[in-house]
Amino acid sequence: MIIGLIILLLKIAAVLVFISLTVLFLVYAERKVSAHFQVRYGPMRVGWHGGLQMIADTIKLLLKEDITPKDVDKLVFFIAPILCFVSAYLAYLTLPFSPQIVVKNLNIGLLYILGVTSLTVLSLMMAGWASNNKYALLGGFRSVAQIISYEIPLVLSVLPVVMMAGSLNLITIVEAQKSLPFILVQPLGFLLYLTAAAAEANRAPFDIPEAEQELVAGYNVEYSGIKFSMFFLAEYVNMFTICALAAILFLGGWQGPILPPVIWFLIKVYLLVFVLMWVRWTFPRLRIDQLMSFCWKILLPLALANFLISGLWLVLK
Amino acid sequence: MIFYFLAVTLILSAILVVTLKNIFHCALFLIVAILAIAGLYFHLQAPFLGVVQLIIYIGAIMVLILFAIMLTSRISDRLLQTASRQSIPALLAVIVFILLALKSLDKTPLPAHIGKNFDPILDLGRALMTAYVLPFEVVSLLLLVALVGAIALARKD
Amino acid sequence: MEIIVLSLILFGIGLFGALTRKNAIAILMAIELMLNAVNLNLAYFSHNLSNISGQVFVLFIIAAAAAEAVIGLAIIINLYREFHKIDVEEITLLKW
Repeated sequence: MIIGLIILLLKIAAVLVFISLTVLFLVYAERKVSAHFQVRYGPMRVGWHGGLQMIADTIKLLLKEDITPKDVDKLVFFIAPILCFVSAYLAYLTLPFSPQIVVKNLNIGLLYILGVTSLTVLSLMMAGWASNNKYALLGGFRSVAQIISYEIPLVLSVLPVVMMAGSLNLITIVEAQKSLPFILVQPLGFLLYLTAAAAEANRAPFDIPEAEQELVAGYNVEYSGIKFSMFFLAEYVNMFTICALAAILFLGGWQGPILPPVIWFLIKVYLLVFVLMWVRWTFPRLRIDQLMSFCWKILLPLALANFLISGLWLVLK
Repeated sequence: MIFYFLAVTLILSAILVVTLKNIFHCALFLIVAILAIAGLYFHLQAPFLGVVQLIIYIGAIMVLILFAIMLTSRISDRLLQTASRQSIPALLAVIVFILLALKSLDKTPLPAHIGKNFDPILDLGRALMTAYVLPFEVVSLLLLVALVGAIALARKD
Repeated sequence: MEIIVLSLILFGIGLFGALTRKNAIAILMAIELMLNAVNLNLAYFSHNLSNISGQVFVLFIIAAAAAEAVIGLAIIINLYREFHKIDVEEITLLKW
């Protein structure tokens, strides 16, 4: 009992450390990728090709003064970034990196991940509200409207995979893709998932909630120091989560020849992360009304049609 | 152990929901209460219900309620401070109700725990698609009506 | 057994809130508490009797609660637009 608990805690700690390091790398990668897309070099000064830049930035962020403005709702202002951070990490309780490397294999793993990601919405709302700032409130409103709307096509695009695998357990879903990954049978589902997930994680071109140029960065405008860095890190953790989930659901997870499973998994995830960065630095931001009509008039009907056709095909097969 | 922790959290946060002055804080404590109930579902071996509780109550209903609070009040507003009325009669009525229910609970023989195990997800899916398929469809119709009704009500004309 | 008492107390708290609150949204939240108390009871009996029906009913109640919240909040937003307040004691147009 006690030993089992200790092992569980050790596993959680290992995942936490791994994800935190990954996030640091992701931030660095994003700066480098964006720079090269814009024919710049990006960070170059600290370390080889700026390799140590993120460590320097982290230390700077953590040491900065943590300002709490006078008229904020202090309790909520304090809890919001913590909730955001925690809910981003909660998904890793059941996300399998390989058949062995998983903290706790839940029978309803997929639903659990969808459930805990919906906690993020609350933190954004709390942050936007507690800041007592109209730009923060607007950013909060927009992000919530966006995230709730895109959750529907997200779930609908995932459902055909669940039907084909016949399970909500992520390990079973991966094992169902032994012969062929679901992306080959569900190409539309994969595209829909990636689009909706990018919107869920507030990635450009769907980054209306934190549009720097029109909302001075939205819900987190009043935050500074370590609280700001919590929001910032949570965002990258979320990006890694959606890519990992896409790899598990559509790309066959850790399956692949020769290389060990974890390596295959990470290759697939990083490939998807690169695709998301590529999209971010290629497309301009959508306007809020375009964003909403894109979700309700294009993504949702497509997802429903995909769902219906997959269901029919599965029944008639 | 876990059960008592969840129960105490649930009761305390529920009391705060109905007594706090700041309605935004009330909503936040309602979220805590709902999380505790989701935990209780897991404790009762109904993990599907726990996750559905998370997704629907927190991801949809509470977000809607928070949205409504934000749209109808401002942070330093008088409206945010929601008053109570007739607390003492209501408290008396509630206590009498609870006592009566406890008395009748005492008189009713409760069935013993049947140790038969079932797969909470598989059986739930089967039940929804066989015995309860008609209510299931009715609920989907209800949701559709609610959707249309909400749009019709909230639309600016 | 403890769970029935727990859900009874929760129901009582929700009832108290629904009786005493003036803000319409606060009343709605109290009603959500009461619905949750009922759900807890159903889930407990489903577990105790090893009968899945209880869980099915919880799902239906959650769906009904969602519909209720949507409609209720739409009405509240409309009230706010009309009267600029959501205090149930001051909205008395239909009161005799």
